[in-house]
Amino acid sequence: MKINKLFNSVNDVMSDVFDGAVIMLGGFGEAGSPVELIHGLIDTKCKDLTIIANNAGNGKIGLGALIGENQVKKVICSFARSPKSITFKELYENDKIELEVVPQGTLAERIRSAGAGIPGFYTQTSVGTPLAEGKEIKIFDGKEYVLEKSLKADFALIKAETSDRYGNLTYNKTARNFNPIMCMAANQTIVQVKKIEKEENTDPEKIITPGIFVNRVTVVSDPIIESIAIDNGETYP
Amino acid sequence: MNEFINLGWTKNEIAKKIANEFPHGSYVNLGIGMPELVSKFVDECKEIIYHSENGLLGMGPPANENELDFELINAGKKPVTILPGGSYCHHADSFSMIRGGHIDYCVLGAMEVSEGGDLANWTTGKGIPAVGGAMDLVVGAKNVFVMSQHTTKDGSPKFLKNCSLPLTGKSVVTRVYSNLAILDVTPEGFKLKEMSEKIDFDLLQKVTKAKIITN
Repeated sequence: MKINKLFNSVNDVMSDVFDGAVIMLGGFGEAGSPVELIHGLIDTKCKDLTIIANNAGNGKIGLGALIGENQVKKVICSFARSPKSITFKELYENDKIELEVVPQGTLAERIRSAGAGIPGFYTQTSVGTPLAEGKEIKIFDGKEYVLEKSLKADFALIKAETSDRYGNLTYNKTARNFNPIMCMAANQTIVQVKKIEKEENTDPEKIITPGIFVNRVTVVSDPIIESIAIDNGETYP
Repeated sequence: MNEFINLGWTKNEIAKKIANEFPHGSYVNLGIGMPELVSKFVDECKEIIYHSENGLLGMGPPANENELDFELINAGKKPVTILPGGSYCHHADSFSMIRGGHIDYCVLGAMEVSEGGDLANWTTGKGIPAVGGAMDLVVGAKNVFVMSQHTTKDGSPKFLKNCSLPLTGKSVVTRVYSNLAILDVTPEGFKLKEMSEKIDFDLLQKVTKAKIITN
């Protein structure tokens, strides 16, 4: 028997998503955003999802489309404002979606720590601001720190550059962003890659995410470029 | 528009003053908007390494039409370039550079700054609140510079005894660069470092809602 984490289609990797699931979406803006997997998530029609991502989507492609289909109950993110955000803005202004604002570095560390088996950590970030209200404050060496709890998910949807059959991933430039740490923090990590590594396995020195953090991989060889799709007026479904 | 906004230094002149402040070899994070101008004015005899919090160290100028790559972007989500010596990392590492005290300077915009160095720049309390990396940068960077017009568009002071808007960080600002003056944040309050030759001190004090120390 050989380990094989490669699946034939987006539908195959999305089959066990359920209503009310907590789902991490990789990406910073459009870079590293798993647009085709998100469209697969839309196709499942699952509802009441909690989404953990840096942003809250643009236009009606990817996360913007998922929110527009009323499948999302809550977004946990650092920056939900964007000139091209339509769907989140509308629901938020009508009190139809919850928002938890988290400082970007705290968001990253809450995700990383979950993957590393650390339930919480202390940080100076947000001390003295409204985002620290109601949280435990502790003093180390005379400075105040706030307790932040780690963030786990049922699923992480990830975009990477290449994978081998073991699920060892490489990334492209700044499309890496949240993807490697989200791979570590979910029960099931589902990945879309542009290509499968040609060799039997990826050069171990080039692997950014070791396959232990990855469950399923599928190929989307020519992924949608979100900003171009939005400028062209494309929408999903 | 108010009478103070076109007084004093231009945005480019302010950017140049900030650029002159960075020692050779500094690691610098420039905020989105006006702070982005600063990189244009760094003296060629110095090498400065720019950090973009989305996992890019060694950021170069904006990408031109021929080199647009939507997977090589800056924190403002615009396509940029990477310079020799640059590297990519994931978000937790990128914010370890920030929170861990490895970034020498960050330059941010401001809605309000208090004389104690409190900064408000993320929400007016209306609309969608969005913080991004600002709260991490202000506690992590060794020097936090604010680059801003001295007053709001309607002429209200931005530099105050106490901030009225929700804070980004408490006692975090090192120095303020405005179109009218450079003010250091000291334990005694705002201290004048330099003032535009086009204004006088009485005017500066009039548009600042906190006492400015001059010696």
